[in-house]
Amino acid sequence: MEKVDYSKYAVVMKGITKRFPGVLANDHVDLFVKKGEIHAIVGENGAGKTTLMSQLYGLIRPDEGKIYINGVEKQIRNPNDAIEAKIGMVHQHFMLVDRLSVVENIVLGQEPVKGPFFDLGRARKEIRELSKKFGLLVDPDAIIEDLPVGMQQRVEIIKVLYRGAEILILDEPTAVLTPQETNELFEILKNLQKQGRTIILITHKLNEVMAITESVTVMRLGKVTGVVKTAETNPNQLANMMVGREVLLTVEKEKAHPGEEILQVKNLVVKENRGIEAVKGLSLSVKKGEIVGIAGVAGNGQTELTEAITGLRRVESGKIIFKGEDITNYSPKRRREMGMGHIPEDRLKHGLIKLFPVYYNFILGEHDNSKFSDGIFLKIEEIKRFSEELVKRFDVRPPKIDLLGMNLSGGNQQKVIVAREIAFNPMLMVVSQPTRGLDVGAIEFIHKTLISMRDKGIGILLVSMELEEIFSLSDRILAIYEGRIMGETTPDKTTPEEVGLMMAGHKLEDIRQEA
Amino acid sequence: MNEWIQAILNVFTNPTFYKSTLTQSTPLILAAMGGVFSETTGVTNIALEGIMLMGAFGGVMGSYFTGNPWYGLALGTFFGLAMAALHAWASIKYGADQIISGTALILLAQGITGFALVELFGQPGSTDLVRSIPLVDLGSFKDVPFFGQIFGNLSPFVYMAFASVIFGWILIYKTKLGLRMRSVGNNPEAADTLGINVYNVRYFGVIMSGLFAALGGAYLSIGELGQFTTNMTNGRGFIALAAMIIGNWNPVGAMSASLLFGGATAFNNQLQSQSVLNLSTNTQYIFGMIPYIITLIVVAGFIGKSRAPSADGIPYIKE
Repeated sequence: MEKVDYSKYAVVMKGITKRFPGVLANDHVDLFVKKGEIHAIVGENGAGKTTLMSQLYGLIRPDEGKIYINGVEKQIRNPNDAIEAKIGMVHQHFMLVDRLSVVENIVLGQEPVKGPFFDLGRARKEIRELSKKFGLLVDPDAIIEDLPVGMQQRVEIIKVLYRGAEILILDEPTAVLTPQETNELFEILKNLQKQGRTIILITHKLNEVMAITESVTVMRLGKVTGVVKTAETNPNQLANMMVGREVLLTVEKEKAHPGEEILQVKNLVVKENRGIEAVKGLSLSVKKGEIVGIAGVAGNGQTELTEAITGLRRVESGKIIFKGEDITNYSPKRRREMGMGHIPEDRLKHGLIKLFPVYYNFILGEHDNSKFSDGIFLKIEEIKRFSEELVKRFDVRPPKIDLLGMNLSGGNQQKVIVAREIAFNPMLMVVSQPTRGLDVGAIEFIHKTLISMRDKGIGILLVSMELEEIFSLSDRILAIYEGRIMGETTPDKTTPEEVGLMMAGHKLEDIRQEA
Repeated sequence: MNEWIQAILNVFTNPTFYKSTLTQSTPLILAAMGGVFSETTGVTNIALEGIMLMGAFGGVMGSYFTGNPWYGLALGTFFGLAMAALHAWASIKYGADQIISGTALILLAQGITGFALVELFGQPGSTDLVRSIPLVDLGSFKDVPFFGQIFGNLSPFVYMAFASVIFGWILIYKTKLGLRMRSVGNNPEAADTLGINVYNVRYFGVIMSGLFAALGGAYLSIGELGQFTTNMTNGRGFIALAAMIIGNWNPVGAMSASLLFGGATAFNNQLQSQSVLNLSTNTQYIFGMIPYIITLIVVAGFIGKSRAPSADGIPYIKE
């Protein structure tokens, strides 16, 4: 038997292969992570990064391949085995029980007991000590659902440390964080590294890779396409390895030529589902031929704002004026007929119908257009012809119009929505999180399409949690915090840090005064 | 009008009303506790009604054949556990729709008890009288005015019901198993990543619900009456579910809501028997609606404020 010394590696995964029905998710993947380093695994969605890490954490079992921890071969059959091997994972979607407290979540599964009872006092004490040691301050008795996302993430990290993890896997940890929270997280990770922990970071944000990692494994379509030292690479090279072709990381666009105002929102107040005001007297305007970006952390009223503008949510007070007409109480249908398009934040909930074939999804909202319906029956042939055309024009893959919505990848679902919305010639597009969860290639396509819409004179209101996206697309930037606009600026007159501060609740005037 | 005020006052000053509240609430509390156990772990259990019915029938059957009501209780409990095991098996192992599984079990229980009633006792409608579980005699305490009349001579089931609430509350909120039950009911995936066996915890919750609901059912048959009659649970399983919901899936809350329903039933019974009102026998049907009208009003008023465990009713299927 071949003897290899893996002892300087915290993790070695060798020849890992995992098949799912119809998909080869991991194809003989090798991964080498040195002790005490921060190692990034990058790749597009569906490249197999999370699958690979789920096998290291024992959530799924590899079909082939071996795993060595600190040089010793380990069978990791379930999370308990992983925890025993001192591996911990912070999942992309936090694995927290919302209704339980911080303490309860952290000790769950390894609860200290006193006699027959759960020993809450001891749990609390142990967590305070851990918090202090690693600089992760959090109130042990807070209920998870009351905590902001950044705090919830800390709870996840403490949870992993409580189990004595030496090797920490973090799956897309910054996807939900503000720039400030991201910086705090990086400080925490560096601190953990100093205390001897090994960290594996799954991400597709290349600037983060450059900022804190030592080495990178690049994956594409289930295979490793490159292993490099961070110091010896650059974002463009990584992006090319991820996508397998040249990718433009920056959006190319001409200067905007805004026309007349098409949308005005005046002192808008909107409540969220629990009856609390989510948009608190917000005003904004969008002109033809410009992109107005709204930057903000999720949950600051963006959803309610876009729903109010598109007519999906009742307005408490204030006005929405579209093409000079007060549409505050118009139905969504009427707004659509007036030329308002909508790319909703949740593709599967509001964008398309999972169980409908692509051709029905293409005519959602236009189903009673005389082109597609004679009043009683749908004109199926015409609908299919129209769909074939859109699939070709927008390069939806696979180009089969009878595929169900749910069977398309996220990027292609988004293409279907974008294609549909463009096809009925809108004058204003309300675009929410257009690239959430999409990979580099699909993001590039969506961005190009939005810019070309703008250049055709369509006004675009863009809501995004991705600051980079806001910066690269917007002609004007507004930052939203707790339902209010904190300030307006343009990409060339501001910095991500400044917008980040606004997103955290500082008014632009105040920031500039202090500086 | 005056005679109504007089009648209501009579009801509230009579210890019988309070004793009746306790006995009417007992099956509800036990069944509601069953619901709490099952649903805390994330398995909806509308089969409570059917489990109660089997518990009631098993109680009489055991008592009839052995002459010992305690063996009846054991048999009733066994039937309840078996029903719950069926529900657990279908909904946990096979991820079946829990409402359908629960409905099927209710129909199954009605069918089995209806059939067995005729087969074993030779007549439809009701069984022979059997020995029931003896009451707990508090001796001289019975002579204490008012309270003696309420507490002096209660069925052990009444004590069991309140003990089950204390047991349930401590188990769910103060032990490691309870923490795991709550985690599995709210986010089974998270529990799974921490090495908790979601299926085992859910089996435990559902099986326990069978135990409690069967005790509640057995009380109806061998608690005091010593007889089983067709469909004798008469919707109590559903009232217990409502009590669980109004009580926000908390043992103490479910108990309070059960007492409210039990009290309403007791009130209705006592009020009808007030001679000052001079009621025709036909009005009993109108009075019989009181507990259910209260259910409707309370559910409409409270249901928004109570929150089910997040994963309640959703099968957990591992990839």
